[in-house]
Amino acid sequence: MSTDPTVVAASTTTSPENTGRHGVSQERSTALRRRARTRDRGRGLLFHLFVLAVTAVVLYPALWMLMSSFKPTSQIVGNVSLWPESASLANYATALQGIGGVSFWTFFWNSMLLAVASVVGIALSASVSSYAFARIEFPGRKVWFTLMIATLLLPFHVVIIPQYIVFNNLGLVNTYVPLLIGKFLAAEAFFVFLMVQFMRNLPRELDEAARIDGAGHVRIFRSIMLPLMKPALVTSSIFAFIWSWNDFFGPLLYLSDPGLYPLPIALRLFVDQTTTSDYGAQMAMSVLALVPVLLFFLLFQRYLVGGVATQGLKG
Amino acid sequence: MTLLDEVTGTGGRSAASPPSATRRRRRAAETRAGYAFLAPWLIGFFALTAGPMLASLYLAFTDYNLFAPPSWVGLDNFTLLFSDPRFLQSAKVTAIYVVLGTPIKLAAALAVAMLLNNNRWGQGLYRSVFYAPSLIGASVSIAIVWKAMFIDAGIVDRLGQSVGLEPGGWVGDPGKTMPMFILLTVWQFGAPMVIFLAGLKQVPTELYEAASVDGAGPVRKFLRITLPMLSPVLFFNLLLETIHSFQIFASAFIISGGTGGPAGSTLFYTLYLYQRGFVDFRMGYASAMAWVLVVVVGIITLLFFRSSKAWVHYSGEAK
Repeated sequence: MSTDPTVVAASTTTSPENTGRHGVSQERSTALRRRARTRDRGRGLLFHLFVLAVTAVVLYPALWMLMSSFKPTSQIVGNVSLWPESASLANYATALQGIGGVSFWTFFWNSMLLAVASVVGIALSASVSSYAFARIEFPGRKVWFTLMIATLLLPFHVVIIPQYIVFNNLGLVNTYVPLLIGKFLAAEAFFVFLMVQFMRNLPRELDEAARIDGAGHVRIFRSIMLPLMKPALVTSSIFAFIWSWNDFFGPLLYLSDPGLYPLPIALRLFVDQTTTSDYGAQMAMSVLALVPVLLFFLLFQRYLVGGVATQGLKG
Repeated sequence: MTLLDEVTGTGGRSAASPPSATRRRRRAAETRAGYAFLAPWLIGFFALTAGPMLASLYLAFTDYNLFAPPSWVGLDNFTLLFSDPRFLQSAKVTAIYVVLGTPIKLAAALAVAMLLNNNRWGQGLYRSVFYAPSLIGASVSIAIVWKAMFIDAGIVDRLGQSVGLEPGGWVGDPGKTMPMFILLTVWQFGAPMVIFLAGLKQVPTELYEAASVDGAGPVRKFLRITLPMLSPVLFFNLLLETIHSFQIFASAFIISGGTGGPAGSTLFYTLYLYQRGFVDFRMGYASAMAWVLVVVVGIITLLFFRSSKAWVHYSGEAK
């Protein structure tokens, strides 16, 4: 890749505007424009047809899950058609009964409790830590920052075994402590990074002015930074919620009492216990487990997509 | 500065303000404040990351089952690893998944991003719809749906037969489980697509206009403008997606019922690590596996960075 695009740009001094203004008569240019417009309309149609085809492929598995949840099990496997011949909510009734004497709503509230606690933990710990990285000059900051970035790329499997041993010795297995403590200690570098990046783009004049007025870091953080960081906090909270909601590995490792199970682990238990493969009820429970994620997506998709885009670029 | 800059090392670091001798007390206060604010992360770093890393390094050289104290076995775990057919199988399965799945997923992401990179109506809507699978793709729900779609006489089997494939479900066929998992990861092309799209929007359109004037066709424009201009984003996506694909777990666990079957064809690395550590309670062995993973991911990261000098084009250099 030795070609330098700026060289390409520099070598072309004749821009299309120049030739258009001088060489082409008024009449011909409108004709050209009209032809260009029809060609563009044709291309637009082609674009939408193609993108709609991609959309259909992407949405099909999700729609198939949703529509199957209304069908009797005998009509699910191998049924390519989305429309149920006989729709009923029977699968949902089965799913809501729960498993082994534990109601679906217990699992649901367990998931909710974990997700909300994760959001609170991450919003608190990541915002405070990111303030240190973004706004305070102190020796060692760069080293810590580099280490923080390194943990972004570290496979977490290298820490789970000792963590498990310690939590086991402390008698904390089968509680939510191992699942939540990391959220309150900013262990997920993604969130710290996201907030550091956001804070670095806030004008420094604000805190400088506050310092001159005699405000300390605690005041600046609480009264200036936190209110301005709202978009970053919202994005972080949505991701924190969804990731906690979908987390499978942590609960699988630490929870053995079904009364404490969040939905993903309950779903797995449900799949294991229905030996006759009641696909209808499995689909219904899968749909119910995804409802909060889909709601968040519908409400906040701007923040989510924007958050992903800025994770790698601009900022 | 962005994660992209951070990872690729292109961002300019903010220079520390020059030390002023008269403000020593003020600086000490700043240091105290800095560490006070950093405390949550610092405690987490030592207690949940650095400490456990050292502990698992030690455990990797021991035999430990959670009940008796660990006993030192030297390199035994590592020599056992490389003669353990299940370990070699898990390494092979994971390697194939990473090497095939990541490029296909990124190619799909780039293709759709280029398709969407215009100002036509509905572009934002399409972008959101395509992103949605990335949010739910690794969930247990989707693993259940995937399994139901790919089992014997399932819809994929039906469709396959109608285009002349041998009848039979993909879930139970060791030769077809890998394509099933690759399709699952490719389905989640939305997240890298969003990042590609943001990158494409930053390519100056004048470059394409100028190339058109010079008579360059679409292929040349793609190879000479799009790819070089997008290479930092490509690098970022490739690095993160590669590291990410090593860690596939929930879908493999659900689809294979925790076994990694049939015939070990879905025995992904993390699944085997889980089996050894938390089913057999061979925690020394599992720690050795974890460290092998860290070293492999570390080497791959290093290779990416080394090679990036040859193929990643930074816009800063052009100016």
